[in-house]
Amino acid sequence: MPTDSTSPTKTQPAPLTGGSALVRLGGIGIVLLSVAGAFLYLGGWFTPNALTPARFADEFERVDGIYSGFRRNHAKGVCVSGFFESNGQGERLSKAAVFRTGRVRVIGRFSLSGGDPYVADAPDTVRGLGLLFWLPDGEEWRTAMINLPVFPVNTPQGFFDRLVATQPDAKTHKPDPEKMAAFLASHPETVEAVKIIKSHAVSSGFDNSGYNGLNAFRFIDAGGKSIPVRWALVPVQPFEAASTTGTAQGDKNYLFYGLIVSILQHPLQWHLIITLGQPGDPTDDASVPWPEGRDQMDVGTLTLDSVESEETSPARDINFDPLVLPAGITPSDDPLLSARSAVYSQSFTRRAGEKKEPSAITPSDVRK
Amino acid sequence: MTTEQRQFNASMRFLHWLMAAMVLTMLGIGVAMVASISDYHRLVSIHRPLGILILILVVIRFVNRRFSSLPPFPASMSSQERFVASASEILLYALLFVQPLVGWGMLSAARYPIVLFGSVHLPPILPHSVMLYAVLRRTHTVLAYLLFLTFIAHFGAILFHTLIVRDGMFSRMAPWRVRAS
Ligand code: HEM
Ligand code: HEM
Repeated sequence: MPTDSTSPTKTQPAPLTGGSALVRLGGIGIVLLSVAGAFLYLGGWFTPNALTPARFADEFERVDGIYSGFRRNHAKGVCVSGFFESNGQGERLSKAAVFRTGRVRVIGRFSLSGGDPYVADAPDTVRGLGLLFWLPDGEEWRTAMINLPVFPVNTPQGFFDRLVATQPDAKTHKPDPEKMAAFLASHPETVEAVKIIKSHAVSSGFDNSGYNGLNAFRFIDAGGKSIPVRWALVPVQPFEAASTTGTAQGDKNYLFYGLIVSILQHPLQWHLIITLGQPGDPTDDASVPWPEGRDQMDVGTLTLDSVESEETSPARDINFDPLVLPAGITPSDDPLLSARSAVYSQSFTRRAGEKKEPSAITPSDVRK
Repeated sequence: MTTEQRQFNASMRFLHWLMAAMVLTMLGIGVAMVASISDYHRLVSIHRPLGILILILVVIRFVNRRFSSLPPFPASMSSQERFVASASEILLYALLFVQPLVGWGMLSAARYPIVLFGSVHLPPILPHSVMLYAVLRRTHTVLAYLLFLTFIAHFGAILFHTLIVRDGMFSRMAPWRVRAS
């Protein structure tokens, strides 16, 4: 701190008159208020109707309720681990260390979409797989994929509005079909996407499902060249169609129990397939597929050989934020990506501080 | 020293203005990114490395200050004012040191990789614990607002002295060289 010795008095300017001192004081007040106002403006204090990550999370909570300690979406889940064995093919496209020949450790989480962690398993509920690849140099690659062939919306606002349209009515406790109809009337992209989704057969379990990244990304090779890509996991387990009467399977956790049984019998495997975009292919619209016939590359095999309840796995406390990427993979211009990162962070922060209630799939469910 | 020192030395003034700009930018980016859907990722990718740079600079600045001679307080300041000025300075240094550490610590506790740019990242400094993350995440917000309020008080006091008391307070830290009269 400055020393306590005072500087000798210098010639001070003549004191201000009361009036001009007041004017200056007022000026100082205005400057300080403007600075504070700019700060609050940046923080969104004057735009309460703007779509923010917090409003997104609030809406998930309004639709599904708040379950202490659980994800605001894809709440029901079970955790897995294993490894990814790269065959080296991907190295040509991306400098990311994960594509060099060799193995990296992986943890993941299978989930069902929706904010209810105790929801009954059903064949049509969207299935998710979040994965974290530990690269050798301390980098990480995280991705969260689903079994749909395309995403039903292509903007964050569209996602939000669709969520609002599914909000249960206060009286009937059911979504209002008119609201959904109104949403579809103003979202032709969703109508198109749903047609594609309906035309794809759903598999019988988590183990023989494919999982698609849907959002486009860019791969950057060692020379700095960038190309748009989409990725998908294609199961080695043979396809079997879902029975149309899922709940007739008897148990509300039948999909998860099926996964546990199958992974305890033998390791489950998927090929990681990279689809290469061509100029003109939309990278900012996850609701439309890329044209048939795009080059695809099998870059390695994912093996999942261990399953755990959320309650004992570190994967529960991981945010599978799709923008945690290693050097060599960058986001595309898809507006869903930044939105996902922002809303997952909000959901993660909320659940992080809450008491953790028991998961539907308990540690005793996964014991041999 | 023969002539009386009226200004902080050039290195201190340079660090002061550099950091002032960086910290205000960080506060703005911080509150804007957590309220943003479309710019969240871009802003957070700037926020992390800029915050770590502030941590490095505040250490350099603190050491530099220890080895520099400081201009005395102007005679216009009462002893209470000097106390408040010194205390708020200590608070600012403390906040600029602790805030980035909390940022780094909370990302460690949440088990995020702490990416600066490209493949350059920092090691975690805390174990994986989401409860710890939740506390630190709240702390980061509280400290940010405290930092902003301290800045407003600091800025207001300088304006008051410079424009109303007119004791040339600003010239002590003016970016340019002010010749002794
Ligand atoms: C703007 C669009 C989207 C929003 C707002 C959104 C929202 C969310 C939220 C809030 C979570 C919980 C995060 C957590 O607490 O960790 C979540 C999880 C998940 N989402 Fe999304 N999502 C979006 C798009 C997508 C897309 C396009 C996909 C697939 C390609 C996807 C797949 C998943 C999966 C698999 C999980 C579970 C990950 C886990 O197990 O932690 N989401 N989503
Ligand atoms: C002087 C340095 C820093 C300042 C002034 C600062 C300021 C802020 C502010 C104002 C916020 C928004 C708080 C809110 O409204 O809730 C914020 C959030 C955040 N800061 Fe910092 N910060 C600093 C350093 C750091 C560092 C070094 C890191 C990490 C390495 C970091 C990571 C973050 C993250 C991850 C968030 C929140 C993102 C989210 O919740 O989604 N900050 N910071």
